[in-house]
Amino acid sequence: MTWQPALGDEWIVLPLLTLLACTAIIIVRMRSLFAAVMLTGVYSLLGASWMVLLDAPDVAFTEASVGAGLSTVLMLGALALTGREAKAPKQRPLVPLLLVALTGGALVYGTLDMPYYGDPGAPAQRYPSPSYLERMPGEFDVPNAVTAVLASYRGYDTLGETTVIFTAGVGVLLLLRGRPRREGDRA
Amino acid sequence: MTRSPVLRVVAKLLLPYILLFALYVQFHGDLGAGGGFQAGVIFAAAMILYSLVFGFAAAQRVVPPRVAEVLMALGLLLYGGTGVAGLLAGGNYLDYAVFSPRHPQHGQHWGIFAVELGVGLAVAAVMLTIFFSFAGRRRAE
Repeated sequence: MTWQPALGDEWIVLPLLTLLACTAIIIVRMRSLFAAVMLTGVYSLLGASWMVLLDAPDVAFTEASVGAGLSTVLMLGALALTGREAKAPKQRPLVPLLLVALTGGALVYGTLDMPYYGDPGAPAQRYPSPSYLERMPGEFDVPNAVTAVLASYRGYDTLGETTVIFTAGVGVLLLLRGRPRREGDRA
Repeated sequence: MTRSPVLRVVAKLLLPYILLFALYVQFHGDLGAGGGFQAGVIFAAAMILYSLVFGFAAAQRVVPPRVAEVLMALGLLLYGGTGVAGLLAGGNYLDYAVFSPRHPQHGQHWGIFAVELGVGLAVAAVMLTIFFSFAGRRRAE
């Protein structure tokens, strides 16, 4: 069975993805960390725009606020504590380049087996999403299916995610909150 | 902290709307796009903007770091506690339908509301705590 995706968005998807790739390459080649951090914000914003095109506004929302907003500010905060320039590498990174090319090639090869975007026969479309969508109107008066799935049907997952965020906060506190030592203090 | 009057005025104009938008995303998340996570991040972003423009000390007067640390745990506890409340009401962990036996739909709605509030609190507090921890340090010599 072959299902062809109904295209129509290419004129905006292709430029967006090209811009994404260009931004990534520029970030890698850049020595000024300040500009690189700002460009990661641009990268996130482009990613968020693309997710809107994929009809995933909730994910796009998160990407835009976290990726383009918060993490940029946090990276700038970290940058203020360290330095603004990356050190030039001592040797040409041939082995890492080979490794990355191999991994990337394997990933691209893996996508060849994946169903087309929006394919009704794709495993993700057959199970379990339809059962959620069938059961939802009877069990919820919440119209946003994404919220119902995240907070109720898959409440454990979200609890785990919240715990991860909490753990991140506790970790940063433990590492960074040490009060500046006074002169007379002993270590 | 910046002395630029343009930045200060623009930030002052924008801040109430950013906070209002955070509340909208928090409480409207079951109807439209959004939810606790996004709302928490937007709230934290508003506070970070305030801190960048009006100074670290001013932001810490609005949300003292101790309060953020407590809220961080409180948000997670609210989430977990909603699950325990479901257990006590006779259902499974994180089963909200039992909160309102006659109208399981209302129970689900209340449960989602509580859980999203917990996520929003935890995320906003964690993001602020991380920002405070970074911004509160001096540059390493």
